Amino acid sequence: MIRVVLPAHLKTLAHLSAEVELEVEGPATQRKVLDALEAKYPMLRGTIRDGVTQRRRPFVRFFACEEDLSNASPDDPLPEKVASGVEPYLIIGAMAGG
Amino acid sequence: MSKVRVLVGTRKGAFVLESDGKRERWNITGPHFAGWEVYHLKGSPADPGRIYASQSSGWFGQLIQRSKDGGKTWEPVGNQFAYNGDPGTHLWYDGTPHPWEFKRIWHLEPSLTDPDMVYAGAEDAALFVTRDGGQTWDELPGLRHQGSGKLWQPGAGGMCLHTILIDPSDPKRLYIAISAAGAFRTDDGGKSWKPVNRGLHSEQIPNPDAEVGHCVHRLAMHRSRPGVVFMQKHWDVMRTDDAGESWKEVSGNLPTDFGFPIDVHAHEPETVYVVPIKSDSEHFPPEGKLRVYRSRTGGNDWEALTNGLPQKDCYVNVLRDAMSVDTLDPCGVYFGTTGGQVYASSDAGDRWTPIMRDLPPVLSVEAQALP
Repeated sequence: MIRVVLPAHLKTLAHLSAEVELEVEGPATQRKVLDALEAKYPMLRGTIRDGVTQRRRPFVRFFACEEDLSNASPDDPLPEKVASGVEPYLIIGAMAGG
Repeated sequence: MSKVRVLVGTRKGAFVLESDGKRERWNITGPHFAGWEVYHLKGSPADPGRIYASQSSGWFGQLIQRSKDGGKTWEPVGNQFAYNGDPGTHLWYDGTPHPWEFKRIWHLEPSLTDPDMVYAGAEDAALFVTRDGGQTWDELPGLRHQGSGKLWQPGAGGMCLHTILIDPSDPKRLYIAISAAGAFRTDDGGKSWKPVNRGLHSEQIPNPDAEVGHCVHRLAMHRSRPGVVFMQKHWDVMRTDDAGESWKEVSGNLPTDFGFPIDVHAHEPETVYVVPIKSDSEHFPPEGKLRVYRSRTGGNDWEALTNGLPQKDCYVNVLRDAMSVDTLDPCGVYFGTTGGQVYASSDAGDRWTPIMRDLPPVLSVEAQALP
């Protein structure tokens, strides 16, 4: 089980009040987690990754275990503590805006 | 008695206002989509309960929301806007080729007869259509590929397709406008397009009379006379009487002919409204006086409408999609400002009242008459 924490606006969009729990098959990667998230909550499609290119939106960041995974390969294995649900996978709206 | 609904899009959410036909007391709901930019909302003429909204953010991209109950509840629908085939390039600010990149939907124009069909105007400029209530969107690529697309350049606000007019007498005829490319028309439902900019004169481009490159800010028509179209250009207020084949200037006695919105009275095809703005750099009303100008002669002769509007120290702007008319009698006129006020007139512009104030900057205003 993988725990995913969403930014407030995406929790509102997906009608969520807490973190999301997801199951993925095989070694957990960012791509598998995001695919599972979008499959469970289709309204999030296109909000985290571009709907056409599947690239991370520039002002969205991915953190886990106090590390920035935003620019890591989406197919790299996630840290063991994230894959086992000890630590959450954090999807963050970057510090920006006005 | 008929009712009216006003849909207001702002930088940080949307608001829905409803009133009876007197238009004196307003019931307000919102903010809907709080924290998101809502460039535009519009109801279907064929089903007043059906409303579409363009919701976007710099963080999370583009969403389209749909309501089936007049804005009480909303559901996100399809948000994938993919350019058809190889997107190709247009010109960047420095004149170099730049790939087409989807940024947001500026304007939604529901079909006059089918609640499931909606046109969407995009930045970077392209026209999309849904025929399934917003679930899927397809580009009408003939517009970008009609020949001049590779020469289009963005204006300061981005290269946006911001205006879509459907001819009520012939739904295959559409007019669209792009900043800073100009106006275009299709007569075959969007398969093929032609620039319709003859008569426009823009000193800000190398050839002031070029076929494309004009910064058209807004088009408006009266549904009884779809061959007559009014235009607020970057500078100049224009009209065509031959469906865009030729334009003539009708700025007349306006204090300045720069501005963004333009609209036409619902029952008087020769009565037109604009909001003059001082200049392209000073985006506020001349002399700090917020004045709507009305022409009852289809242009050239304009009168200032000031009753109820601030006449000193007012430095707001009125954006291109932020003016609308209702179809009640007398005709209601509405506009929103970048200072967060929404003004309404229930007597065709003679007297104005703020029906909301202290909002985030207003991006769009649409009025709907309800049964």
